Order: sequence, then structure tokens, then C-alpha cells
Amino acid sequence: MLKRLVVLLLLASVYTGAPARGTYQEPDTFLAETFLNNTPEPAVIWLTGKRKDTVKQLLGHRYASLRIRYWRRAQRSAWILEETGKDQPITVGLVVNAGRLEKIKVLVFRESRGEEVRHPFFTDQFKDARLDDRGNLDRTIDGISGATLSVRAMKKLARLALYLDAEVRKQDVSSSP
Amino acid sequence: MKFNIQSSSLAAVLLVGSNLAAAAKMPGAEEMWKIIQQQQREIEALKAGQKANTEKVEATAEAVEDTATATQGAHPASGSAWIENTQVGGYGEMHYNNLDSKDEIDFHRFVLFFGHQFSDRLRFFSELEVEHAESGDGQNGEVELEQAYIEYDITQTQRARAGLFLVPVGILNPTHEPATFYGVERNPVESNIIPTTWWVGGGGLSGEIMPGWSYDFSIHEGLDTSASNNYAVRKGRQKTSEANANDLASTLRIKWTGMPGVELAASAQYQQDVTQSSDANAGNAWLYEAHADIERSSFGLRTLYAMWDLDGSGPRSVGADKQEGFYIEPSYKITPEWGVFARYNRWDNQAGDSNFNSEKKQLNAGVNYWPHPDVVLKADVQQQDNEGSNKNDNGFNLGVGYQF
Repeated sequence: MLKRLVVLLLLASVYTGAPARGTYQEPDTFLAETFLNNTPEPAVIWLTGKRKDTVKQLLGHRYASLRIRYWRRAQRSAWILEETGKDQPITVGLVVNAGRLEKIKVLVFRESRGEEVRHPFFTDQFKDARLDDRGNLDRTIDGISGATLSVRAMKKLARLALYLDAEVRKQDVSSSP
Repeated sequence: MKFNIQSSSLAAVLLVGSNLAAAAKMPGAEEMWKIIQQQQREIEALKAGQKANTEKVEATAEAVEDTATATQGAHPASGSAWIENTQVGGYGEMHYNNLDSKDEIDFHRFVLFFGHQFSDRLRFFSELEVEHAESGDGQNGEVELEQAYIEYDITQTQRARAGLFLVPVGILNPTHEPATFYGVERNPVESNIIPTTWWVGGGGLSGEIMPGWSYDFSIHEGLDTSASNNYAVRKGRQKTSEANANDLASTLRIKWTGMPGVELAASAQYQQDVTQSSDANAGNAWLYEAHADIERSSFGLRTLYAMWDLDGSGPRSVGADKQEGFYIEPSYKITPEWGVFARYNRWDNQAGDSNFNSEKKQLNAGVNYWPHPDVVLKADVQQQDNEGSNKNDNGFNLGVGYQF
């Protein structure tokens, strides 16, 4: 029985399937897919003043960059953001449409655990999520056993993208005639 | 009044006069055009200056971010200095037990994690623990190395590891940071039957079989229990401390996490000889374990069953040929910070013979409060109902725990 088991495991060990670690999609490809091969010029939002404090509150630490690039057309904005799960940064692509999360996708996963967050059965939970009055997601996101820190990172980035999108739209209102 | 009229007329004359003088000084159309052109050039110069300043600010921001990346290790995988690729973490828990068996405060566990990423595919992980706050001859506690292994990514979905690692059985054995479970003390079924915390030296493979399905297979040191402690499996842990490697063991776990908030897993382990061939009346053994760990929305449910089947007349003579237990633990999160639970535990390390009246039953109910996702305060009441001469152990427990 043990021999059969070992053979089975050796067969399993050559399975490569969808990669668990590595690059699932290049950010440029994600943007091209999002904007139907007509990616707009990037814009920049600076993390200064009150915005910097809010981002720190959302993440539990300051963001590793002083400003964040985004791509926007009409009501849709796309964001390429990073957050560390346990040890390594996870690169995630997010699309916000009229204040709701349209898409969240793991682009690069570098952690040694928690790669299950890349599967659609997990990311589908975020579809149409928005921020409530307290800045939290308006729904419960069920976790994945053994991937707690990766799940937490994904939730933080969803909140961050929704918050930044709201800030960008707020700028539109303040600059309109 | 006459004086006023005359004054007003005089003022009007003066005003008209000054306007005529000003009009005579105004530039002509050609001069105005030159002024506008000059102003336009100045506006363009200002715009160019603003653009240059913006570019300088961007360049400064990039330089600052690059410096931060290099010095703080924002992307450890790309760094070269060892400190950028070394991670430190830990957890700890202090308990107050007010039970029939004891009334004490104990800093039960203080644990530090150290990990190092040698390359994208090769890493090290370790866990060093101080139990009961002190160690040494005659002291209550001990310093233990609970994990220290090297892991290598064979492919993007498959890993190999070698060293000292936690046996992949049960819910708490692989993941036991205090903020991740209900109850001040770890549940008695996993402690006495699996037995948690159980680490071994050896090697193994783990990885994904297909989306949602994963496996873990390892060959490692076996147990070394004896007739003097009724072949209790918990007494047989060798802790990789000059462990007798005469008779090895192998463990296989299959896990399904294909739905958010749901883990279903089953493990089997084969031991060549649980006494390391020191007892002619004992021999091989099998451990079977299955569990469900569900947390959907605010509701949670953990349930686990584990059973040992020990071969030989020795274990059979004291009923230790069968050692088994199960628990069921429903829970409910009132808010993200507050959760309540109840747990029914039942276990028996001499279940092979009912004449020993060795079964134990324990009911726990309590509350967890998380002021931060990584910090927890716990309280629970305990009612233990034991068979035979075993004394009941009732009371309550309080605890505080953290992880980082």
C-alpha cells in the first residue's frame, strides 16, 4: 500500500497545473484586458496629509510608496497595489466601477503559503463590494484555513482601492466649475 | 448750499481732466499686443518651470522609494542583504486556571519564529519556544525547538522539506497561535490523542493536487511509548532529541479548501513500532484522523475525530490498543471583535477495554475578545465528567494571547 502511495505522490509532484507561486498575469496585460487594449495614460494620487493617515489606518502601516499610479476612464479606475501577507508582497490588480469593486485578481504571488487566495472561488466574494460608512467592506469575506494572512492582505487592498477611487472622484467634484 | 454746488462742479471738472490725462498716457493697440505677447511668454515659462518642478518631485519620490526599498526591504525577494530576507515573528499566551486540579497563573508559551529566504525557491523556518516561563533542572518549564526545517520549491505547485517540522495531523497541530482558536487551553482531544503539539524530524513532500486540493506526505521519526505509561501516545513523543530512529513512521494528509471558509481534511499515519522495538508485546500502529473547520459569515464549526489502533498483546492488555476521541465546537461571532463558543470533548486513551473506565468528557463554553486581529483575551468555563477513579476537573480559565 505504501508503495502505491509513494507512486501516487510522485505523480502528483509532477503536476504543475496553475502555478501556486509566481506571476499569474503581468500588470500591463491586466490593464489591457481591463480597458479592452486601450489603456488610458496613468494618473497619480499622492499619499499626503489626511489621505496618508487614512491609508495607514486601512493597512495598519504606511504604504511603501509616496504616491500611487492608477488608470481611469469614465467611472472605472484600475489599481495595481501591493501588500505583504506573511513575509512577501502580493501584487494585486483591482478595478473599481462607480464605487464598487468590479474585479480583484492576484497578479504576482511570492509567499510560500496562502496561494489559495488566487482562486476565483475566493476572489468572487469581493464582486460589487463597496465601503460602508465606517470604511469597511459592506460584506463578510470568508477566509481560507491556512491562508489567514493572505486573506487579510486581500481585504486590505480591496478597501484601499475603494478608498482611493473615492478620493479621486472627490477631486473631480472639487475641481469641477 | 451754494458753496456745495460750486464744490461739486469743481470736483467734476478735475475728474474729467485727470481721465483725459490718463487716456493720453494709455498704450496704443500695437503696444498692448506687445504686452500681451510678453505676458504669454511669461505664462509659458511659468508652465515649463512647473512641469520641471513636477518632474523633479517625481524623481525625488522615486529616489526616496528606491532608498526605502533598499533599506527597509519592501521587496525582500529582490534584496541581497541577509537581513532583508530574514523574518521574525512569534506568539505567546498566559493562562489563569481556576480548576479543581489547580489554581495557578502560568505564562504557558513564549514563542519566537525565525525564517530566512535563501532564494526564491529555498527557505528556512523555525520556531523556538519557552514553556512555563522558565527552564532548567527542577524548573517547571523547558526550552523547545518545535520547528526548524528547510523547504524547497520543486515546481510552482510542489515543495520538499527536510528538518524538524509539525506533523500534518488535526486542526491545532499545524496552526496553534492563540488568536486562531477558541478556549484558553488547547482542546484535550488533540492534546491527548493526536497528540498536539507534535513535532518530528524527517522529510516530506507537499503541494497542490488540483485547485482546492492539497496533500502532505512525510517520513519521520516514530513514537517511543512504553508499558509503564500504558502505551499513551502523548508519552511517546521523542521531540527529535536524540530520537530513536529504529522504527520510522509516515504520515499522509489530504486537504480540501475549495470553498471560502471551509476546510475538510483527513490524515493517516503508520508507525512501524511505537516502542522502537523495545517491547516484544507491542508493534505497529495506525492513526486515523478527520476534521472539518468551517467559518462561514459569523458562524463557525470545528469538529474532529482521531483514533489510534495499536497492535500487540501489551497495548491490548491495558485497553490502549484503541485510543480515540472527538470534539465538536460551534461558535458565533457577534461582531468582528467578539465571539462565543461551546465545545464538547470526549476522549479515551484506553478505549480498547471498557473495564478500565478511562473515558473523559469535557464541556467548555466561553468568549474570545479580539481588540486587534492578532491579540485575544479569552474566558471559558469547564466541566469535566470522568469515569472511574479519575477526578472531575471543573472551574474556569482566563487567558491573554498574541501573535505577530
